[in-house]
Amino acid sequence: MRTSKTVTASGMAARWLAALKTPVGAVSAAMLFMVLAMAVVAPILWTGQAEEINTKAILQGPSPEHLIGTDSLGRDLFYRLLVATGLSVKLALAATGIGVAAGLVLGTVPSLLSRRIGRLVTAFVNIAVAFPGLLLAMFFAVIFGVGQTGAVLAIGLATAPSFARLTQTLVAAQSERDYIAAAKLAGVGRVRRLLRHILPNIAEPLVVTATIGAGGSLLAFAGLSFLGLGVQPPAYDWGRLLNEGLNDIYLHPMAALAPGLAVVVAGLAFNLFGEAVAKTLGTPTPISGKGAATQHIHRPKTVAPSTDVELSTSSSDGDPVLTVNDLFVSFPGPAGPITPVRGVSFSLARGEAVGVVGESGSGKTQTALALAQLVEYPGSVSASRLEFLGQDQLSSPSRAQRQTLGTSFAMVFQDPMKSFNPTMRIGAQLAEVAQRHLGMNRRQALARAADRLRAVRVPAAERRLRQYPHEFSGGMRQRAMIGMGIMGSPALIVADEPTTALDVTVQQQVLRLLSAIKEQDNVAILLISHDLTLVGQVCERVLVMYAGRIVEDLPATELAERAMHPYTQALLAAVPDMETDRDRPLAVVPGRPADPSRIPAGCAFASRCPKADEHCTREDPELLQRDDGHRVACWHPSRGTGSERVPIELKLHAAALQGEAS
Amino acid sequence: MSELRFEQVSVRFGGRRGMTAVDGVDLIVPKGQVVGLVGESGSGKSTLARAAAGLTPLSGGQILFNGQPLRPKRGEHRPLQMVFQDPHSSLNPRMSIGDSIAEGIPRAGRGGTASRRSEVQRLLGLVGLDPQRAFSYPGQMSGGQLQRVALARALAGQPKVIIADEITSALDVSVQGTVLNLVRDLQRDLNLSMLFISHNLAVVRYVADAIAVMYLGRIVEQGPAEQILSDPQHPYTKDLLAAVPSQGSPSLTPADIDPAVQAVNDAEPADPHHPPSGCRYHLRCPMGPLVLPDRDVCREVDPQPEGHRQAAACHFANDLTISGRVGLL
Repeated sequence: MRTSKTVTASGMAARWLAALKTPVGAVSAAMLFMVLAMAVVAPILWTGQAEEINTKAILQGPSPEHLIGTDSLGRDLFYRLLVATGLSVKLALAATGIGVAAGLVLGTVPSLLSRRIGRLVTAFVNIAVAFPGLLLAMFFAVIFGVGQTGAVLAIGLATAPSFARLTQTLVAAQSERDYIAAAKLAGVGRVRRLLRHILPNIAEPLVVTATIGAGGSLLAFAGLSFLGLGVQPPAYDWGRLLNEGLNDIYLHPMAALAPGLAVVVAGLAFNLFGEAVAKTLGTPTPISGKGAATQHIHRPKTVAPSTDVELSTSSSDGDPVLTVNDLFVSFPGPAGPITPVRGVSFSLARGEAVGVVGESGSGKTQTALALAQLVEYPGSVSASRLEFLGQDQLSSPSRAQRQTLGTSFAMVFQDPMKSFNPTMRIGAQLAEVAQRHLGMNRRQALARAADRLRAVRVPAAERRLRQYPHEFSGGMRQRAMIGMGIMGSPALIVADEPTTALDVTVQQQVLRLLSAIKEQDNVAILLISHDLTLVGQVCERVLVMYAGRIVEDLPATELAERAMHPYTQALLAAVPDMETDRDRPLAVVPGRPADPSRIPAGCAFASRCPKADEHCTREDPELLQRDDGHRVACWHPSRGTGSERVPIELKLHAAALQGEAS
Repeated sequence: MSELRFEQVSVRFGGRRGMTAVDGVDLIVPKGQVVGLVGESGSGKSTLARAAAGLTPLSGGQILFNGQPLRPKRGEHRPLQMVFQDPHSSLNPRMSIGDSIAEGIPRAGRGGTASRRSEVQRLLGLVGLDPQRAFSYPGQMSGGQLQRVALARALAGQPKVIIADEITSALDVSVQGTVLNLVRDLQRDLNLSMLFISHNLAVVRYVADAIAVMYLGRIVEQGPAEQILSDPQHPYTKDLLAAVPSQGSPSLTPADIDPAVQAVNDAEPADPHHPPSGCRYHLRCPMGPLVLPDRDVCREVDPQPEGHRQAAACHFANDLTISGRVGLL
């Protein structure tokens, strides 16, 4: 399932608001607001009280008049503490501002200058990053002289290198993107590219880092003032108060503890708020791909056995490898649950190859993941019946069942680079399967792995076992992945777009290999793909999915001539093949694929269907058995000859819809 | 002669241990024609495209437009524009569609805000989008719509040549057709020259007037689309054609495959960092030394395109003088 929703301007505001809704975000935002408000208000309101000298009350402890006591001139420490917020926060922000400005300049300059100078700047930043910040600050304090200005500059410049480094990394990442190349082609200059294209796209992480950095500066400043390198009397900030209070810490501990506490609270406010926002920035998309979280399948509470089909299978023996009834997969979404799979029912016989075809968002991958029990939390899977090799998978699996699943069920993913561990040798990864599930020792397991690699026709199998995944080419890696699947003796191989990442010539090799394994070992294959022709070539039966449902289930041989669902017909017509008439426009399917978070009432395809009428938009058609093995979910099924009649209808419809379709 | 001409173009990445992604490519994209460039990933198709667009520096040869090297100065008209594979990444997510397109309008004739806005609306109409869409952001649109926007932005530069790099491979199959139709219509209406890059031979066949086949950084065969498809000369082209799945193609059951063909099937693609000696395809070639052991020439001598039909870089391709298919190869 690919959900690559890009960020919009409104999305940014929405996510900062979302940060406020988390407990940490709300508390830290409130704290931050109070600290900032105090910084503004306190110096205006209470400067008088804070600087009022009262020689009669020198160095007193906490009392009702002086909540945390007085200092050596009898000034009220509580008010001094409040008023000090102003200077502390102001200096911290000033230092952060300098750090951010210097960091931004240093970080973006390499992208503006010639490569050679850019490299020099980068090298300089890299050296500067290696210096400990506080050491740098003390070094600067000595150069700039002891006092506020020196300290602000010192802390600002000390935080600059790490900010510059982050900026550089982010700029470099954005510069690789195609939209920068497109802007270059449009004749947009370097400066404008930086200001209009790159900076807006890296602003968010930079702002978050700056917020957290402000907390750090505050602490650093308190430290410098405490050491006497920062604010000098008669001015005072928290660090200074802490310094003064420390002399009498055994007599009046509150005089030292209170400024310390203030520093902690303000520092926490900045840091936590930054963290909370950062967390919502990195929010993963609700529906993500694979992952090995344990999946719990539950039966729906109200089992509505919709057409409890005794599914006909083209193979003769009535012992299905896999039976699925009413499979649902759903994820919690911001506006109610998203249900990418909505009541899928089918069965697979031994040695049968079935293809699942659909566009992105049709739920085909989620179906595969649900079968492999790999749907990630917070996704939930339910089914009224889910049996693998006669074992019920709905109850929590016993040890034996897990064993069966481990050895008899194999899964091949689209990108074999992502499904192998890049730091482990291929041999060790294959052997692990045999060691875990077949109880072999290491030597036996490696021998088995070599044998399996030979079976998937990887040349020089023994040598290959000692190699890492990156040393394999794409096609070889996919073979090794299939080899891993047949380490046990699988009854079913689920292959999710196994050839999409491969080249056409290699694609054929992998498909041929899958077919060969199927023939030799009587293995059932569930091949998931977006390519109808490809599936038709390998499989005996094809399931066409649209918006989370199977809309048609038909023998592959009937695909070209006897497809009945308008969607299947449209798919067949829309894809050019080597016989397509070059002088006529391609048939098109108007509109866009259904969004799993917004499935309409009635037939999900109705808005794109040339045959749709009022009935279709009101009621969802059920998947009904027609003649031998053919199932269709459509109110108006008709036998189009795939490539002739339907395209014309669709074209007319497309013309009518031109405006809104696009 | 408004044409794009590649002359002995080479692109090298990295230093001494680097790799040559494009190696001495000669190719002409004639005025108003579509040249399809096919090949597997890593064959250098996209690098060639980026080199033409000036996004990747050449290490040898030159790319000429109308006999002039393509090196536009700032603010000058750019005769060449490019459309990228993934529209989600080729449009700035923080810029409205209209702003993205407006940026492509050449500075010279840009005029005021009003004229720019009307130009954006005209372009949106041209690619079949509602002009009101100018205020949308990329996140609010589907892949097919975004690819139309990317086309509109490319057209905003009033290009003579468009380079389309795998523009349909990131789209859903039901949407792919609409984009292909649009590209074809626009190309014909505006009389654009186009380099159309795709790994999908069926798509290239539908769009292109001429086809060039690329393998490991070299063009191994080129010619009119009809000829390449009906009478391929280079064994790699033949393999590519045979690999296209079609509804009528035979089943994949490997019952009757003889060992030589099986050996070819199991051969691994060559490593572009260490291209093989002699003919670059000999490690996978079904009519090379893998199957016919006496063909040492493939292992040792680099085949030249000169003198062969469709400039096929194969020792055993038919000669120019021979008409029709001769012999069993």
